[in-house]
Amino acid sequence: MNRLQNLFKNKTNSLLSIYFTAGYPELDSTVAIAEALEKSGADFLEIGFPYSDPVADGPTIQHSSEIALENGMTLHVLFEQLKDLRKTVSIPILLMGYVNPIVQYGVENFCKKAAEVGVDGVIVPDLPMYEYEALYSKYFIDNDLSNIFLVTPQTTEDRIRKIDELSNSFIYLLSSSSITGGSLDVSSGIEDYYKRIKAMQLKNPMIIGFGISNKTNFDKACEYANGAIVGSAFVKLLKDEDYLNKIPAFIKSIKS
Amino acid sequence: MKYGVNDLGYYGDFGGAYIPEMLYPNVEELRQQYLTIIEDPAFKAEFDDLMKNYVGRPSPLYHAKRYSEKYGANIFFKREDLNHTGSHKINNAIGQILLAKRLGKHRIIAETGAGQHGVATATVCALMGIECIIYMGEIDMQRQAPNVSRMKMLGAKVIPATSGSKTLKDATNEALRDWIANPVDTHYIIGSVVGPYPYPDMVARFQSIISSETKKQLLEKTGNELPQYVMACVGGGSNAMGMFYHFLDDEDVKLVAVEAAGKGVDSGHSAATTFLGREGVLHGSRTILMQTDDGQVIEPYSISAGLDYPGIGPQHAYLYKINRAKYVSITDDEALQAGLLCSQLEGIIPAIETAHALAYLEKMQFKKDDNVVICISGRGDKDLDTYIKYFGF
Repeated sequence: MNRLQNLFKNKTNSLLSIYFTAGYPELDSTVAIAEALEKSGADFLEIGFPYSDPVADGPTIQHSSEIALENGMTLHVLFEQLKDLRKTVSIPILLMGYVNPIVQYGVENFCKKAAEVGVDGVIVPDLPMYEYEALYSKYFIDNDLSNIFLVTPQTTEDRIRKIDELSNSFIYLLSSSSITGGSLDVSSGIEDYYKRIKAMQLKNPMIIGFGISNKTNFDKACEYANGAIVGSAFVKLLKDEDYLNKIPAFIKSIKS
Repeated sequence: MKYGVNDLGYYGDFGGAYIPEMLYPNVEELRQQYLTIIEDPAFKAEFDDLMKNYVGRPSPLYHAKRYSEKYGANIFFKREDLNHTGSHKINNAIGQILLAKRLGKHRIIAETGAGQHGVATATVCALMGIECIIYMGEIDMQRQAPNVSRMKMLGAKVIPATSGSKTLKDATNEALRDWIANPVDTHYIIGSVVGPYPYPDMVARFQSIISSETKKQLLEKTGNELPQYVMACVGGGSNAMGMFYHFLDDEDVKLVAVEAAGKGVDSGHSAATTFLGREGVLHGSRTILMQTDDGQVIEPYSISAGLDYPGIGPQHAYLYKINRAKYVSITDDEALQAGLLCSQLEGIIPAIETAHALAYLEKMQFKKDDNVVICISGRGDKDLDTYIKYFGF
């Protein structure tokens, strides 16, 4: 059982996950940010590795990816940075990024290396379900890595059931069909969507992401799911020169 | 079809649909319906009627006598430049707008590089009375200004892509982001044989009218529907795939695809994907793309905005890998000289994209009786500024 599965076993509500891009704002900020987030009370982390063409991301994360690449971030550099991670950070860690850098690194090598540095799961939005199942799931399973699938309001029930079957830690529920950094849709349609999924009684917990930026929509998301993910709103905070010292107040503002 | 797509959307190792879940419902809807729709007799009748009466097809297969004399073979030009809107792009745009109507979509988005696909899409949207949004790299908007004006005149909204390198790949990213945010009412008319399955196959089918006509025309003109050589330029590869399509299974026909070498394949300013690229994933399909060791997409360079793309369609990647077609490249200088030559020998000013294919004639060794078909994919009006600057007219 990896740290992620363990977390969901022990805590089932109001889980807060924070996304940030590795190598942003500075190449070496990755581990310091992770440590500060753990100390401030984040329940788990998503560390993004940058890609030149991030089609699922809005301007904030596009920008952080661009800067991270300019700073020299690569998967090799990231794994080097994370090699002593588990000495100081104990909460579950996911890596999030696009499929091409992983394919170039080698999917099997990527999974081995991720497990070696203590990563618990991976989110790859553009890795299709068929290719995951047929070609790559064995590497994930051998290395005790959870692969996280996304679900949108347009995902059909059959497909959600299939995703539930292939998942072993949580399902990433998108608040709407959108790129990252939008605002939470609280129209009546979205309530129906959450209720519909809740009524499916899936075996995996659910975490809501995309458009979660403050306490109000974090609390709203937690009414329907086991927790929520804050990404762009946190990445914006990192623009501040004194970002490390501002992290505790940011987490407190969402989770108090 | 031996070189066609399999049930999973692959050509050998290439293709597939590497897309985030947000795009899945749209792409899956297309996958389930595209063949049923385009093989429906009523669809075919409407498509054929527009091709004939609106686009002006069949496009002529012109026996270029002075070119034939110069290169020592029978050179035929397949005149896609004479289509309405000035290039082969209209074939696909007509096909996809009819498809979008049948899918009940009432908003169209598209990406464009040189602007030819943008103009074709704006044209068919005007024809059908459908809202049209075109994404175009900010830099491309400057170098292809006449086409931007054309799109606006046709009623389209042109949105500059300001992310990344501000060219075709970024326009494609922006169009995909738009589609993610508009999952129900919008159809994305991809302009080349790229993108997630079923796009590469669907666009190839709409463009295949180029080679189906060519076969008939060759039979009339030469007594044989098969030539020795078929040549075309390749950016993403839609005119080449249309030109190759019905010749793929005729193994004796040699297929030549001409990429843009830019300032030279080794200059660091090139778009010669098969020379400089490796296998990976770009814009939803597994293909060959120009990238760093770390898997970051490298910004290509070509004087021709239509060939300035870091990947090629997955079917091209497959034809390259199994050697069914030969992939070569031509520099900016060679292409511009060929554009001038074609203007002055045949009275046809070709698009700079097309001029790449023409330039490779210099490097071919023909026998006297060889029949050679070259796709004149577009006309050069949009490129006059570039030609004028280069030659100092």
